Amino acid sequence: MTTKIPTGKQKTVHSSRIWLQVLAWLVACWCIAPFVWQIITSLKTPSEIISIPATLVPKHPNLSYYSALFARKPFARYFLNSLFISTVSTLLCLLFSSMAAYSFARLRVRGARWMSLMLVLISLFPGIVFFFPLYEMVRVTGTANNPIALIIPYVTFNLPFAILILTSFFRTLSVEIEEAAKVDGFSRLQILFKIVMPLSAPALATTGILVFIGCWNEFLLSLTFMTRDSSKTITAGIASLSGANTLELPWGPIAAAVVISTLPLVVLVAVFQRRIIQGLSAGGVKG
Amino acid sequence: MDASRDRMSDQKFGFVLLTPGIMFVLCIAIYPILRILWLSFQTQNLGTDLHAKFSGMDNYIRVINDGHFFQSIYTTCIFTFIAVSIELLLGLGFALLLNETFRGRGFVRACALIPWAMPTAVLALAWTWVFNDQFGIFNDLLINTGIISHPVVWLGGTTTAMFAVIFADVWKTAPFMMIILLAGMQNIRRDLYEAIQIDGAHSVKSFTLVTLPMLMPSITLALLFRIIQSFGIFDLVFVMTGGGPGNSTETVAIYTYNTFLRYLDFGYGAAMIIVTFFIMAGLSLAIYWPLKRFNQN
Repeated sequence: MTTKIPTGKQKTVHSSRIWLQVLAWLVACWCIAPFVWQIITSLKTPSEIISIPATLVPKHPNLSYYSALFARKPFARYFLNSLFISTVSTLLCLLFSSMAAYSFARLRVRGARWMSLMLVLISLFPGIVFFFPLYEMVRVTGTANNPIALIIPYVTFNLPFAILILTSFFRTLSVEIEEAAKVDGFSRLQILFKIVMPLSAPALATTGILVFIGCWNEFLLSLTFMTRDSSKTITAGIASLSGANTLELPWGPIAAAVVISTLPLVVLVAVFQRRIIQGLSAGGVKG
Repeated sequence: MDASRDRMSDQKFGFVLLTPGIMFVLCIAIYPILRILWLSFQTQNLGTDLHAKFSGMDNYIRVINDGHFFQSIYTTCIFTFIAVSIELLLGLGFALLLNETFRGRGFVRACALIPWAMPTAVLALAWTWVFNDQFGIFNDLLINTGIISHPVVWLGGTTTAMFAVIFADVWKTAPFMMIILLAGMQNIRRDLYEAIQIDGAHSVKSFTLVTLPMLMPSITLALLFRIIQSFGIFDLVFVMTGGGPGNSTETVAIYTYNTFLRYLDFGYGAAMIIVTFFIMAGLSLAIYWPLKRFNQN
């Protein structure tokens, strides 16, 4: 939904229109500049990376860093681990949050208001509050390096936000369809899974994208629970590429790694731009 | 009669649907909070062979006398204050701009989502490269434009490292601020602008008289949320500077993390979390109350 708002600039002078356009493109450039710079760096040759002054266009663009990156085994593992953990967490989160949201939206559960307040409060706590008790739990249950150690917290910490978005969406659905389905002999569970959820596909997609991005980007828990190289997710994996000495960092491979790990998100953003903005606005705020 | 029976089972069914969610939240979110609270009254460190021993307020007394802790709180406050103020101004500017119609608006908006969507930990590496003292593009740009004459070791100096971290944070979160404020702007009723235009007001006036006051609730919300969030900042600093050089960029989350996993001082780390929580809650309220009063007027 984009509504145009006249802001008093309707009798626009031609030049101010051009300035607006220029400024807007500057904002766009500013937003993608560091990412584009990583792409450029990743295509350079080792000698060009450290040439001064820096070149804006690679002289001999090549993909050798990318092939080197995937030849080194752990990196492909990091990527697949992230993909697996984020996907499973997102699906589980959507399932549980739809159930809870339906309950909040349709079934007058006692204490619903109190519970949603609690959810909002919990979502405000930073990860540092939870990481140590969770670390203890991971150690006691022996689930370190097991995807489950990340999936369970990822589902939990995305629940509040997902429940809030989905509750407000379910409230907008008309009750008549559900009542008609009840008359047709649908059970309540069938109404939720066969009527309400398919009707909510757009909201589920929006929520799913936001949850997926959140899981993909998580760092602290992954860094702490996934100690074995083959179990790391991409954020913790890439951060561990950086050695103790910043001067000797392998900048070429790192740039390639940054590009690859961000690419899925850039694609999601490009395709679902409108949906994401809607979701972020509907959910109020989420980092 | 029928209806009341229906509602009864509605209740039950509602709870059944809520059960998985409640279980997750209780075990993975509520329990850790209570555990931290409990742990903060115990001494559990290398001195006690990592066994928990009740020690009353000892940890809290230690925290209050710990200069290192307050330095990290101070660093966090400085970071939060500068970063969030710039983010708010930039975000507001971006939102005003993107609220206008122009060619390629969808593309510009998609670009603005990229910083928000990028993983902070990965992004931090990208910025480390940009701020690299020898080969970084940041020095290159500044030297070429004549702003500086010699390369600056950005991540090696105390003030410059803070600058770099704040710069990266602003880059990442200003577009997010923009999205929230843009949503708020699009909810402002058009007729308010029309009314003020009839009075012959120009665009600056329509901003100060309509946009800004109507936007205050969104601004308040976004501001509070960002303050709370940046108080817990971890990834960006951890990867970019690790808290250094010295302790110059060590935020309270980094110090807490180190207390747990490097110094293995679990009870003390827990007490730091509790004290930080109260400091942050106080700060949030100190910002919320005046804004709330302003919004009511």
